[in-house]
Amino acid sequence: MKDRLSKIKEEAIADIKSLSNLESLENIRIKYMGKKGELTSVLREMGKLTKEERPVIGQMANEIRQEIEQELSEARERFKEKLKEERIEKEKIDITITKKTRKLGHRHPLVATIEELENLFISMGFSVVEGPEIETVEYNFDALNSPENHPSRDLSDTFYITEDILLRTHTSPVQIRAMKTMKPPLKIVSAGRTFRFDDVDDTHSPMFHQLEGLVIDEKVTMANLMDTIDIFIKQLFGKDMKTRFRPHHFPFTEPSAEVDVSCFSCKGEGCPTCDGTGWSMELLGCGMVHPKVLENCGIDPEKYSGFAFGMGIDRITMVKYGINDIRLLFENDNRFLEQF
Amino acid sequence: MFLPVKWLKEYVNLDVDTKVLADELTLSGSHVESIISLDRGIKKVVVGRIEKIEKHEDADKLLIVMVNIGEETIQIVTGATNLRVGDYVPVALIGAKLPKDIYIEKTKFRGVESYGMLCSLKELGYEDNVIPKLHRDGIFVMEKEYPLGTPIDKILGLHGEIIELEITPNRPDCLSIIGMARETAATFDRELKLPEIMIKDEVEDIKDYLESIEVDGELCNRYYARAIKDIEIKESPLWLQIYLMEAGVRPINNIVDITNFVMLEFGQPLHAFDLDKLKNKQILVRRAKDEEKIRTIDDQERILTNENLVITDGENPIAIAGVMGGMDSEVTEETTTVLLESANFNSKSIRLTSKQLNLRTEASSRFEKGMDPNLCKIAAERACQLIEQIGAGKVVKGHMDVYENVRKGKTIQLRPEKVNNLLGTDLTVEEMIDYLERLDLKTSLNGNIIDVKVPTYRLDLNLEADLIEEIGRLHGFHNIPIQPLVGVLTRGEKPYSRIVSDKASSILQGLGLNEVITYSFISPKVYDKIKVELDSKLRDYIKLINPLGEDYSVMRTTLIPNMLDILSRNYNYGVKECFLYEIGNIFIPKELPLNELPKEEKTLSIGMYGNVDFYDLKEVVVTLLGRLGIKDLEYIKEDKNPTFHPNRTGNLLLKREKIGVLGEIHMDVLENYDIETRVYIAQLNFDTIVKEAILDKKYRPLPKYPAILRDIAVVVDSNVLVGDLEKIILENGEGLVEKVELFDVYEGKQIDEGKKSIAFSIVYRSFERTLKDEEVNIVHQRIIEDLENRLDAKLRG
Repeated sequence: MKDRLSKIKEEAIADIKSLSNLESLENIRIKYMGKKGELTSVLREMGKLTKEERPVIGQMANEIRQEIEQELSEARERFKEKLKEERIEKEKIDITITKKTRKLGHRHPLVATIEELENLFISMGFSVVEGPEIETVEYNFDALNSPENHPSRDLSDTFYITEDILLRTHTSPVQIRAMKTMKPPLKIVSAGRTFRFDDVDDTHSPMFHQLEGLVIDEKVTMANLMDTIDIFIKQLFGKDMKTRFRPHHFPFTEPSAEVDVSCFSCKGEGCPTCDGTGWSMELLGCGMVHPKVLENCGIDPEKYSGFAFGMGIDRITMVKYGINDIRLLFENDNRFLEQF
Repeated sequence: MFLPVKWLKEYVNLDVDTKVLADELTLSGSHVESIISLDRGIKKVVVGRIEKIEKHEDADKLLIVMVNIGEETIQIVTGATNLRVGDYVPVALIGAKLPKDIYIEKTKFRGVESYGMLCSLKELGYEDNVIPKLHRDGIFVMEKEYPLGTPIDKILGLHGEIIELEITPNRPDCLSIIGMARETAATFDRELKLPEIMIKDEVEDIKDYLESIEVDGELCNRYYARAIKDIEIKESPLWLQIYLMEAGVRPINNIVDITNFVMLEFGQPLHAFDLDKLKNKQILVRRAKDEEKIRTIDDQERILTNENLVITDGENPIAIAGVMGGMDSEVTEETTTVLLESANFNSKSIRLTSKQLNLRTEASSRFEKGMDPNLCKIAAERACQLIEQIGAGKVVKGHMDVYENVRKGKTIQLRPEKVNNLLGTDLTVEEMIDYLERLDLKTSLNGNIIDVKVPTYRLDLNLEADLIEEIGRLHGFHNIPIQPLVGVLTRGEKPYSRIVSDKASSILQGLGLNEVITYSFISPKVYDKIKVELDSKLRDYIKLINPLGEDYSVMRTTLIPNMLDILSRNYNYGVKECFLYEIGNIFIPKELPLNELPKEEKTLSIGMYGNVDFYDLKEVVVTLLGRLGIKDLEYIKEDKNPTFHPNRTGNLLLKREKIGVLGEIHMDVLENYDIETRVYIAQLNFDTIVKEAILDKKYRPLPKYPAILRDIAVVVDSNVLVGDLEKIILENGEGLVEKVELFDVYEGKQIDEGKKSIAFSIVYRSFERTLKDEEVNIVHQRIIEDLENRLDAKLRG
């Protein structure tokens, strides 16, 4: 009987070792340890044994059963592990493939620039206001102290609807609207569409965009204006950017200045892009609000002073994104829009 | 404006190089746009004299000339036709370098050797527009003898630089060499040296040449005249021609050149009339008669109106005042006596005339900016001095001057503390006075106030603030230490409408739509292209008086044509699918023509094509409005909008008012836009959306009790709308229907013709308790009955 048991053990272990799948594992369990299994039948014959033999064989049979069970469970683990590996292997995918079902839309680069500029000024305490695209001659020119015979008023410069109504040529009339309706202190910016009689080419468009800023309070100085612009330029283009204030002339500010910014290509070293000057020219116009403009809006120039600035957003957008043709901004080619 | 540095230095001592000059001028307010070097890299080009001219035996058009260049005489073959023996000409020797990297080598022309090249002014680097007519064709023959062998760049003064300046319209006084010398002197704190004007010899009396001057005082503030006799019209001396050419002016003849020289020098335009050609010895400045004609020196007949000012000889116009002289009285080679006009005309009138005649000249552009009448005399005297100096004629004694309203300098009071308050500086009174005096503004301190006397040529200085700018710019804005703003802290805000539109933008982008920007003006033809009825209000558009062309001539009353344009463009570029939106204004006039500003309505348009249908478009609209918290929306079928497909279009109603339209574009319209795929467009009134949007979200407790799901499938007439079924389901829900979801619409097999099967999934839930099957059954049954009663729906088995 001992021999039979040993044989069963050997056969069982050999069977288990030669297994190829999880299902046959169960068959083996049944074959040896099921109700009619080989080991079970041997144990059934225990009654025939002598009193002395019984505990010895019994212990041996138990050990063999444990060993077979141990083997079985190890085999089961092995098979599970193998199955997992097989599954993982089978589930191989090509991760270089990109699905294109979910698309996120794109913000127009001009609007993105406007928003960036506005947010910058909001963080500096400016409020955003809006003004109409169709304006009166009074707000667009007269109240801004533009001389009656100024060339910018010509039909060859400005789009007119009637003698008194036009398409605004700059965002500056928003200044007038703000000063007429709000009381100082005032700190506003306004961005929007502007129009001038320019034929379309790679740097001109009859419709373009400006951003205007205005601060009115007691004791506002040119030094404050310069600080504000300096902060703004550094935040927008980087801390290493310098600004240069050049005296200029605008009818609605006095003193007036144009602002040059370190050349975007060489950061001020001098390169072909900036004709060796190190400056990127005329990014922005600004000045102290003309006392006549203040008066026109019912603000006492003896008590209050202020500054205003304006800039072309299209140009800033083009510089920022490296766009070389303004027409791209208004053609709305989907392949262009999806780049931003 | 072109400023030759050499010329500038005649009036102000400068020891800085041109780069520094340019930088400093820029920082004090005269913006230097570029520096142009006169050095054109010319090498080995010298003065030579033609000694002998022979014909080339084997070539009709070539000459063989012997040229004496001082040390030797060389043989040169040339095709020139304007040479005579004894002419002094520029000779490019072998190894010479000319502008544009042209090098001269020894060559052979049909067997004859040539040891160099004779040069024209163009070959020496002059622009066509400044080369005198005399020298336009052929070799540059010099007007007098020069030492043979002298390098030509010395004679032509080809060294130093010209500065190109941007002069702002408020500073017409800077449009002259002396004006810029004054700025330069102020910038560098140097003395301004004005030319001393003195005429040595004067003969006879002007009264023998001119009897009277009469002017229209409104349009001509001053008329100053002098006469010159015994004139010999010829080419100006080379130095004078070079001065003009460097400043961008073409030399004509000695008299005209002098008037131009003085105009460049002082800024005052002068005009010379041939006195012998005047019918009467008088000058009458008057308004032209309507239809009056004059032939101007450019040989054009000009028809004038009463708004134009003319100079006449008492009978006929001899010049359009301040714009251009007449051909009949022009200075020609035969001229011997000249009347020199130095006048001051009304800037507005000149501007109008120049515009009317579409004729802009150096003179008109100066007069229209405003000239100082006190300059008339100095300029005329200076011209006489120069005429005498170059021996062009004899100056007649005396002048005639009509000057009614003598312009006097004004005095402006300046408060020093105001200067520092506005600039943010702490300049002393002495510093301020110094800056002002440098600009020739005479000051006197009167207690705490500086009285500043403004010269009459400074038309731009009228207020205290103007003087503060002068101090600021001479001090240098870049020298003002920057200071942060102080005062009440303000919180930056965006208007609510912008918050809503920004939010809408991000929702739309999240839904995969790209933002576009299109022009506010469109072509009126688009209304036909999108098939708008002739009597539609959409056609009440605002027209521009002066559009850039029909395509940009009216203010849009709808965004749909622009959207179609872009979709068409992209479609025709081969872009497979497009999902776009624009938020922009449409312009609604209250009446036409406009008497007041129109209403600008913020409007949203959404456009798409590709693998999409109406429901994709509607999903975008529903999602957008849903996320913006807009309730009470209704979608009503629209079959009368001619732009859209009559069976695939709906109007969007908010609180029973139409706020937009969405649908498939009509095939006729698509054809007009060359689009061969289905296009879906929605347009919504964004102002209403802003008004109705609720961005504040409130938390609703999550459901605690389980839901019961019931599906329902009914067969109805095929024109019954899903929306109507949903409405009935919700009406009967007794607050227990949490959600109704359509999951199938079917027509075809097993369903009778003219019928369709619609299946919903209904979610029942109570927020107070666990629902029992029995109570749901009752509600569900009532829903079925109501569907049967009202829509003749049959429950499917």
